[in-house]
Amino acid sequence: MTSTARSVETAIEAVDLVKHFGDTVAVDGVSFSVPTGSVLGLLGPNGAGKTTTVRMMTTLTRPTSGTARVAGFDVTKDPDGVRRSMGLTGQTATVDELLTGTENLQLVGRLYGLDRATVKRVSDDLLERFSLTDAARRVVKTYSGGMRRRLDLAVSLVATPPVLFLDEPTTGLDPRSRVELWEVLRSLVNDGTTLLLTTQYLEEADQLADNIVVIDRGTVIAEGTPLQLKDASGRAALVVTVSSAEDLGRAEGLLRGISAEVHVDAAARRLTTPAEGLGDVTKAVAAFDGSGIDLDDLGLQRPSLDDVFLHLTGRRAEDVADTAEEEVPA
Amino acid sequence: MSPGSIVERPQIQRTSLWQQSWAITRRNLIHIRRMPEMLLDVTLQPVMFVLLFAYVFGGAIAVQGAPDGYREWLLGGIMAQTMAFASFIVAVGLTADIEKGIVDRMRSLPIHLSAVLVGRSLSSLVHSSLGIVVMSFTGLVVGWRIRGSFLDAVLAYGLLVLWAFAMIWLGILVGSSMRSVEAVNGVMFTVMFPITFLSNAFAPTERMPTYLRVVAEWNPISSLVQAIRELWGNTVPVGPDAALPLQHPVLSTFIWTVALTVVLAPLALNAFRRRTRE
Repeated sequence: MTSTARSVETAIEAVDLVKHFGDTVAVDGVSFSVPTGSVLGLLGPNGAGKTTTVRMMTTLTRPTSGTARVAGFDVTKDPDGVRRSMGLTGQTATVDELLTGTENLQLVGRLYGLDRATVKRVSDDLLERFSLTDAARRVVKTYSGGMRRRLDLAVSLVATPPVLFLDEPTTGLDPRSRVELWEVLRSLVNDGTTLLLTTQYLEEADQLADNIVVIDRGTVIAEGTPLQLKDASGRAALVVTVSSAEDLGRAEGLLRGISAEVHVDAAARRLTTPAEGLGDVTKAVAAFDGSGIDLDDLGLQRPSLDDVFLHLTGRRAEDVADTAEEEVPA
Repeated sequence: MSPGSIVERPQIQRTSLWQQSWAITRRNLIHIRRMPEMLLDVTLQPVMFVLLFAYVFGGAIAVQGAPDGYREWLLGGIMAQTMAFASFIVAVGLTADIEKGIVDRMRSLPIHLSAVLVGRSLSSLVHSSLGIVVMSFTGLVVGWRIRGSFLDAVLAYGLLVLWAFAMIWLGILVGSSMRSVEAVNGVMFTVMFPITFLSNAFAPTERMPTYLRVVAEWNPISSLVQAIRELWGNTVPVGPDAALPLQHPVLSTFIWTVALTVVLAPLALNAFRRRTRE
C-alpha cells in the first residue's frame, strides 16, 4: 500500500452520506465534492449536521449509509488510507494539557511513525510557524485559548496532510486570534492543501472559502461560490450617496427611472434601490452623468452571507445557533 | 505567524501496535510526573488505611496464623484492595481522554485503536505497582514480614498483578460507559468500596453472619487475599467450614481472574467501540 496520498483531482467527495443516531436523523443524504487545492466552507447553524458530516469523512463516525472519499481513499473501505492523508482539528482543542507543546507534537509524530530526526524537524518548524517557539517547553495548561488552537492545528499538520478538516476552527477565539488563524489557513492553501472547514460564521466562509455548501437539518440546501450564493438570493442593491442633501429629491427622481422602489435615508444622504446587477449600475451612472448632481459614492451592494442564510432558511444564523441543541451526542 | 512553506512531506511509516502503545504509555506516565498527586490513591491513601486499621481496629480484631498479629495479616488485604482500584485508575484516565477528545485525536491517526487501551492499561499497571512497592515498605515498618519462600513471595506479587489485569477490563468497561470523570468516581466508589470490604481483606470471615460469610468467601477478592497471605506466610489455611474457593486460594485466584477477564473483556471492548464510533 502506498503511504502517500494518491494524486487526485477531487480531494474530498461525500456521496449521499446519511447518519442516524437512534431515531434522530443527523445527516440526511449529503453529497458534495471539493477539488484538490481549494477551500470548501460547510456552513450551517448548530445542529445542522456539520460536525457529524466531518466525523464521517474523517473516519470517526461510521455512516449509516453512503460514503466519502478523501484523497481517493474510501472512508468505509480504507479508513487507514484516509487517516494517512488527512489532518483533523476538531471543535475543541484536543491537545494534551499536561504535555508541553513540543511533547504534544512529538507524541503524534511518533504515532505517525516518523523517525526521531524528522519529528524534531517537523515540530520545530510547526512551532515556529505558529509562533509557539517561546512556549514550546511550557505545559499546555498555561496556554491561552488562541495558543491552544494554534497548537491543535499544528498537531494536525505533523504529517503534512494534503487534506485538512477543520471543525469550527475559530469558535471561541477573540477577533485578533481569528484573523491570525485565517492568515495561517491561507498560507496552507497556498502550499496546496485542500481545506474543508465548518463554520457558523458567515464572514469566515466569505473570507476563506472558494465554495460554500450550506446545510440545514442534515441536508444540503444550497451550494456555490460566495458570490453565486449572494446573487442567488437576488437582493443586490444599488446604493447612491449624494454630496449635498439638496440633491436628494432630484436623485430620487433619476433612480425611479431604474426601479420604482427607492428608499431615501436623508440623514446619511443615501438612496437605496433594488438592482439586478451591474447593468443597473451602468444605467445609474449614465443617468447621473450630466445631471449636475455631485456624488460621494455609487455602487452595487451584494447581500451578505447573513442575508443569504436568512433567505434560504427563513432564520438568522445567530438565532439558530443560540437556541440549538448540542450537535453531537458525544 | 509567519506564512512559511511546507514543501517536504514526511514519510509516514507503519508502526507496530507495541510501538504505538508504548508512545501512549509514555504520554500517560508523563501525566503522573507532571501531577504527582495522581499517585495519592496508591500511596498516601493505602498507607493511611494501613495505619488506621492497624492501630484503630487492630486491637479489636483477632486473627489466626500471623506471627505479628493483625497488622501483619492486614497488609495482604490492603494490597489486594489497592490492586482492585487499578480499575478506578483506568476508568478515570479513559473517561478523561474520551471527554477531552484525546481519543478522537488518536482515532484520526493511522494507528490501532487498541493502542489507546493497551497504553492506558500499561500505565495504570505501573501506577498500581508503585502502590504495591510503597505498601510493602509501609508494611515492613508496621511489622509485616514475608515468612514464606522467595518463589512463593514472587508468586504472590504475580497474583496481584494478574488481578490488576482483570480489573483493568472493568475499568475500560466503566470508563467507556460513563459520561464524566465525576460519574466514574461516583460509580466506582459506591461499587468498589463495599465489594472490597465485603471480603476477608480487613476482618476474618469466620465471625460474620452466615449469609454474609458466604458472600464474602465467594468474593473473588477473598481468594486473592487468602492466596497472598498464605504465600507470604501471614496466615494459616482456612478451616474446613470455609467456602470452596478459599480452600484452594491460589488456584481459585487464577480461575477468578481468567473468568472475570473472559466476561469483562468483550463487554469492555464492545462498550469502548460503541462509545468511540458514534
